[in-house]
Amino acid sequence: MRAALLAGAALLGLAGAAEADEQYFPLQSYRVGPYAAGGTGFFGGFIDYLNLINSRDGGVNGVKLTWSEGETQYEVERGVEVYERLKSRPGIAARNPLSVGIAYAMIDRVTADKVPLITINHGRTDSTDGRVFPYVFPLLLNPYSETSGIVAYLGTRAGGLDKLKGKTIAVLYHGSPYGKETIPIFETLAKTYGFKVEQIEVPHPGNEQQSQWLTIRRLRPDFVVLRGWGVMNPVALKTAQKTGFPVDHIVGNVWSNSEEDAIPAGDAAKGYVAITTQASGTEYPVIQEIVRKVYEPGNGNLADKKRIGSVYHNLGVLNGILNVEAVRIAQGRFGKRTLTGDEVRWGFEHLRIDEARVAELGAKGLFHSINVTCANHEGEGRVTFQQWDGAKWKVVSDWIAPDWASLRPIIEASSTAYAKEHGLTPRDCAAEEQADAGTRNTSAEHAAAESR
Amino acid sequence: MNPDLAFLIEVIVGGLLSGVMYALVAIGFVLIYKTSGVLNFAQGAMVLFAALTFVSLLERGLPFAGALAATLAVMVVLGLAIERAVLRPLVNQPPITLFMATLGVSYVIEGAAQLAWGTQVHGLDLGIDDTPFEVGGVLVSRFDLFAAGIAGLMVAGLTAFFRYTRIGLAFRAVADDPLAALNAGLRLPRIWSAVWIAAGLVALVAGLLWGARLGVQFSLSLVVLKALPVLVLGGFDSIAGAILAGLIVGAAEKLSEVYLGPIIGGGIEGWIAYVAALAFLLIRPSGLLGLRTIERV
Repeated sequence: MRAALLAGAALLGLAGAAEADEQYFPLQSYRVGPYAAGGTGFFGGFIDYLNLINSRDGGVNGVKLTWSEGETQYEVERGVEVYERLKSRPGIAARNPLSVGIAYAMIDRVTADKVPLITINHGRTDSTDGRVFPYVFPLLLNPYSETSGIVAYLGTRAGGLDKLKGKTIAVLYHGSPYGKETIPIFETLAKTYGFKVEQIEVPHPGNEQQSQWLTIRRLRPDFVVLRGWGVMNPVALKTAQKTGFPVDHIVGNVWSNSEEDAIPAGDAAKGYVAITTQASGTEYPVIQEIVRKVYEPGNGNLADKKRIGSVYHNLGVLNGILNVEAVRIAQGRFGKRTLTGDEVRWGFEHLRIDEARVAELGAKGLFHSINVTCANHEGEGRVTFQQWDGAKWKVVSDWIAPDWASLRPIIEASSTAYAKEHGLTPRDCAAEEQADAGTRNTSAEHAAAESR
Repeated sequence: MNPDLAFLIEVIVGGLLSGVMYALVAIGFVLIYKTSGVLNFAQGAMVLFAALTFVSLLERGLPFAGALAATLAVMVVLGLAIERAVLRPLVNQPPITLFMATLGVSYVIEGAAQLAWGTQVHGLDLGIDDTPFEVGGVLVSRFDLFAAGIAGLMVAGLTAFFRYTRIGLAFRAVADDPLAALNAGLRLPRIWSAVWIAAGLVALVAGLLWGARLGVQFSLSLVVLKALPVLVLGGFDSIAGAILAGLIVGAAEKLSEVYLGPIIGGGIEGWIAYVAALAFLLIRPSGLLGLRTIERV
């Protein structure tokens, strides 16, 4: 209810100040339905960051950030309906649906409408190739990099990647396009490192997994990778306990890594490890500032303040940082005014936030860095691993870089096939970058230029 | 014991215990159908509402017994409200109208539950340790055994209720022939109210056990998908049939997933139960123990 009022207030603000420069974010959010816990956390964090920029800085260089929400309940047809309903508003910066299904349905639409589609930590792996997918940005982590990061971590657990040889890894995946996305890359990495992989499907929604875990019990794998979503995750942890599989040998993927996945499993989740691109917790300056400048005046988006700093909330804040910095970078090139979607796309393609800039943004330790280019729309995000202690997540690894070099040919093969199938001519990124020579600065340099 | 045999037994035991959980939800359907001929699609939403209410009250500081009593009261009111506000005005309407009405009720309850208690996911600890114990090389879940015990008690209680109490006998009379029951002086509206209250109580028990298993979250309302093939197989009007079919469905889906899954592709247990139920429907439309209807044509 509170979120709806805030969204309404944002809409009123939009109508009342039509003349002022504004950058608009249409949000296909989901605050009810089976995945509402993730939706409220993520969109809450995203809106909290936009609110912080407005209240602290008066927007981005005086351009106020606005938004409105349309409820999708995580359903593709509703997501498309919300897309169409909100597309006529002026100054659309980017689309951020946080849904693989909705994102897939939007690829042709955003390309035609020239608006960037942000699929942070998810989406089509081959959309990393910006030559073929100019408007799609699987920022920080695509599913193949995620898999590579998990295998690298399992390598450290085994005592080195070479020690994975002869080991057995079971992958328990959600029976959906999202869950199946990593089947080929696990097979490829198994061949590369010499481990045996067994991939086991859990039918949607995953509220019954006895047979899958009995199969795992018979296989006796060294590790289980959990590629779940929603109710599938706590049920996996509980059923693992029920069948005697040690929880600290289960490694969750990036959509199995939240408090909402661990808490319902109770004691069965203690010791569970999961990958993440952003740490949880409230100790980061940017989160502290959100508490002080957004929540204390009563403008916070989360109804339950205890969720501030949770995995989904921090992911939303991080998504806000990436969107706002892309707008800032694009303003550096096109002017401090309301930008078109295509201009913001340019900003995303030049999104370079190094560790120094991360610290300036108050996010040191929250995430590592990003370096998006025309050809690489993922941006070389680092991953880390966290362990559930029964009450909260604790980081248990350094930042790990996936093996992008070996993944790139696989991605390009897939994107080339996509381009051929759709009759697309890949862009010449080298030529575009040459034309843009001298404009590729970090967002810190853009911020410094703004203050001059 | 031979490891393959031990594994087979483990799969069957796990399946049977899961089947009891499906039957728990199916019994709520049976109660309503038996006495009023309505397939109550809102049963899953009632399971969600009960569990969400209980855990939210618990988190607000109520003791376990207090939260249980308060949720019980809420479910009684909910059952009465559905019967009075939706089903009674639609009495004598075609079954499809009544079914659609319960479909609508289902969405209303789901929305109301989230509006009242929020969309957050909750853990629910009933104090039953879920670490397994071993019997002859076969792991057995303590929690699932506990759930089976509760289901057994509930079935025994319902059976005794239907056999030995006045109101229970009245339920059976209404189930056998509503018009004859009305002629005999039974008050149908009162009986329908009572049965909706009973369905609310069954939803509470199922909600607590499923909630402890899955966490209390929206997906609880999807457990109806597990109950539907059980109903088809067991018969829509037989509590014993629901239990028997639950056991069969539970064991069959686990066996097929484990042994057939690797051959024809994994993730088959979601629909294999429906295949079995449909096949059975063709042979015996009234289900295993459902009442065969004989009509003069």
